[in-house]
Amino acid sequence: MEMIPYTVEAREDTGMNNAKLGIWLFLASEVMLFGGLFSAYVFLRLGAPAWPEGGSILSVPIATFNTLILIGSSVTMVFSWTALKENDFGKYRLYLGVTILLALLFLAVKSFEYSEKFSHHLYPSSSTFMAIYFTLTGLHALHILGGIIVNGYFWGPGSKMWTSDPERFTNRIEIAGLYWHFVDLVWIFLFPVLYLL
Amino acid sequence: MTESNNHHELVFWRKYIFSQDHKMIGLQYGITALSFMLFGFSLMLVMRWQLAYPETPVPLIGWLLGDDGILLPEVYNSLGAMHGTIMVFLGIVPLAVGAAGNYIVPLQIGAPDMAFPKLNMASYWAYFIGGVIMIVSFFVPGGAANSGWTSYPPLSVIATTGQTLWLFGMIALITSSLLGAINFIVTIVQLRAPGLTWMRLPFFVWTQLITAFLLLLAFPPLEAAGVLQLMDRLAATSFFMPSGLVVSGQILEASGGGSPILWQHLFWFLAHPEVYVLILPAMGIVAEVIANNTRKPLWGLKPMIYSTIFLGFMSFTVWAHHMYMTGMGTTISAFFQTTTMIISIPSVVILSALFISLWGGSIRFNTPMLFALGFLPMFGIGGLTGLPLGLAAADIHLHDTYYVIGHFHYVVAPGTIFALFAGIYYWFPKVTGRRMNETLGKIHFWGSIIAINGIFFPMFIQGLAGVSRRMWDGGAGYAHAQDVLWGNEVMSIAAGMLMLFQIPFVINIIRSIKHGEKVDDNPWQATTLEWTTPSPPPHGNFAALPTVYRGPYEYSVPGRDKDFWPQSDPEEGA
Amino acid sequence: MNTASGASGHARTYLLVFGTLAMLTIVTVAAGYVSFPAGLGIAIALVIATVKGSLVAAYFMHLLHEQKAIYWLLLFTLLLLLIMFGLFIGSALDQGGIPSVS
Repeated sequence: MEMIPYTVEAREDTGMNNAKLGIWLFLASEVMLFGGLFSAYVFLRLGAPAWPEGGSILSVPIATFNTLILIGSSVTMVFSWTALKENDFGKYRLYLGVTILLALLFLAVKSFEYSEKFSHHLYPSSSTFMAIYFTLTGLHALHILGGIIVNGYFWGPGSKMWTSDPERFTNRIEIAGLYWHFVDLVWIFLFPVLYLL
Repeated sequence: MTESNNHHELVFWRKYIFSQDHKMIGLQYGITALSFMLFGFSLMLVMRWQLAYPETPVPLIGWLLGDDGILLPEVYNSLGAMHGTIMVFLGIVPLAVGAAGNYIVPLQIGAPDMAFPKLNMASYWAYFIGGVIMIVSFFVPGGAANSGWTSYPPLSVIATTGQTLWLFGMIALITSSLLGAINFIVTIVQLRAPGLTWMRLPFFVWTQLITAFLLLLAFPPLEAAGVLQLMDRLAATSFFMPSGLVVSGQILEASGGGSPILWQHLFWFLAHPEVYVLILPAMGIVAEVIANNTRKPLWGLKPMIYSTIFLGFMSFTVWAHHMYMTGMGTTISAFFQTTTMIISIPSVVILSALFISLWGGSIRFNTPMLFALGFLPMFGIGGLTGLPLGLAAADIHLHDTYYVIGHFHYVVAPGTIFALFAGIYYWFPKVTGRRMNETLGKIHFWGSIIAINGIFFPMFIQGLAGVSRRMWDGGAGYAHAQDVLWGNEVMSIAAGMLMLFQIPFVINIIRSIKHGEKVDDNPWQATTLEWTTPSPPPHGNFAALPTVYRGPYEYSVPGRDKDFWPQSDPEEGA
Repeated sequence: MNTASGASGHARTYLLVFGTLAMLTIVTVAAGYVSFPAGLGIAIALVIATVKGSLVAAYFMHLLHEQKAIYWLLLFTLLLLLIMFGLFIGSALDQGGIPSVS
């Protein structure tokens, strides 16, 4: 598929390559996906006679810990990209590896949180608040899982491209990073909305 | 740029099944979508039999419906819901965007392919999977989804298993549309040929671009809504279930606290822009065909383009005009009535520009042009009958009657579908190198336009009389419907005729692939880029990527020998 | 594309952003334990979240140095988001909340 232009180099009048525009379009649609869910949250909350304070049901310390993990994984993600730009493949692998591990840790903490709720007989069907909580965090967790799969591919088999086409590979890591930071960004809003308000 | 004919032969399944060539994917979309449309239409014929001849055995396929061959009310509901779903999401959108857009857009902008060929393939297969899920849902206990194509809760939440499959199918279809939309926007923004500036883009490409933005940004909230409804159905949440709901005389076990209206907001946030997804590509096709067959530049191309952009934006702000009957307050209602009246302006601008484009042209009345000309008044009727529905006071009377059905079918059936027929007849020579038969085409057109008006016009009469759109017996049980019941048989006979008049079309397509009149690369003497490459275009589309020197509709330019001036023709001594 | 020589400077920026994000997280949690009037508490939490989100977008997603087309795309998306929020809230309030059956 080498015949398609602007896969690596930027088009002069738009200043972008294809993948850069593509990922931002995808993220725009993700904004609308989570935006729709947040709107639903606001709509239901405004109509509810009473609404529990998140912290009285959910564990704020655990979620704070998870927030820090996710922010940290964003930093390592961005470092793995700059490592490639410095031509340091070893460092790239190290940082991307840490990113993946932090993401796994986030999921582990999340599943501990879920099982804690289940053991107290709190299910999605328990209340509208629990329904929103499980749906929003569940969908977010799926996005984390997607990120782990993508990053895992680029850590392992996908990294072969580094030897054949390093510039394109660097671009790919940048794109994967943009997605990963977005997942982080969603959590930054989910955290106060669900746990603190 | 690069050598575009790479000659190593692809094995069968890479070339025809898991193809990454936008032309093959476009054809896959086209064939699948046309089959679904035929299927969706057949469902409606079964329903129309019941409406015209209540509780008499359905001929031919009655044995599928049980021993006595009578269409039961619950099956009627399934067929209604699936007719809407299939026609909109599996028929028209894939045909207008997936097929026409996929095949033509890269050719019209002088690109070797779509920007992301693998994504393009994934998009088709997600669509295919969505379609398979929808078909399978007919065979689960309780049958396919039966809560209307809008799937309003609480009915849809307590409905049979078919609804769960409907939701999974929709999520696959939404995924397909999102992937496709990203691909279209990147392709149009990034892969335009040198010299193809924004104002030199053919109108069809503009409509596809705006359509892609609508799909990209309006579909995700429906995906969110689909996820919430799946949670309601599978995890017993109550996003859409109010407290204390009584079903069959018993209070329903649910945590409650949800809102059925929330679903309507999320659903119509997509489904109103979706209306423009259905109509914009159709307008694009009609504009191409009219410019070509009047041999004139389009009148007011720039205002048309700006109107399309404005239309795209406004379509996000009108959705709750589907919801006047939900107990909405007067302030919000006034807001949505205002935006609804405003959005009719750009549609009228586009339609008027197309009408005025006919003025003083030496019109060629070939089959594509006939369908394009048919589109104009039909879409006009559809659009104008929508105005009373956009005003809350009139909507109180007309809401949920056959008037609504008549209105939106005039927009999408003799509107969009006629435009799609125009597109098929117009671009068939590009795809196959042969022209479709004109006589069969004219039979197809005249038969269809008469029959289709016979179906949808009586709906206005019934609707104004107050007949509900959801009656299994067509209103026979209601006193106020008695005077207009004659319409049911008229509509059903017209529907049968419409089916018969599709036979020449099917024969024409199949016959013309092998035996159609052979034509050169540019049989319509058109100006846009797709006609500068061989028919069918080779892999990579253009031997050398073209450069563009002028606007898309340079027809009958004074002082030139030929009455058309291709976009990629280098300036010759001018 | 930036050259490798600027990378160490970038590294410091990224770490600084990380520090700020972590600090703001602590602040927002701490603010949750102070009993502000209901509206103010929500406002504080959302403002902090917006600042954090902007930092992530500006530095990690390097929006500070992005093309105009991306800005327009995101502005348009955010506008639609605001329309959606505004009209959802508007219709919820204009309906007098959702009637609840007890």
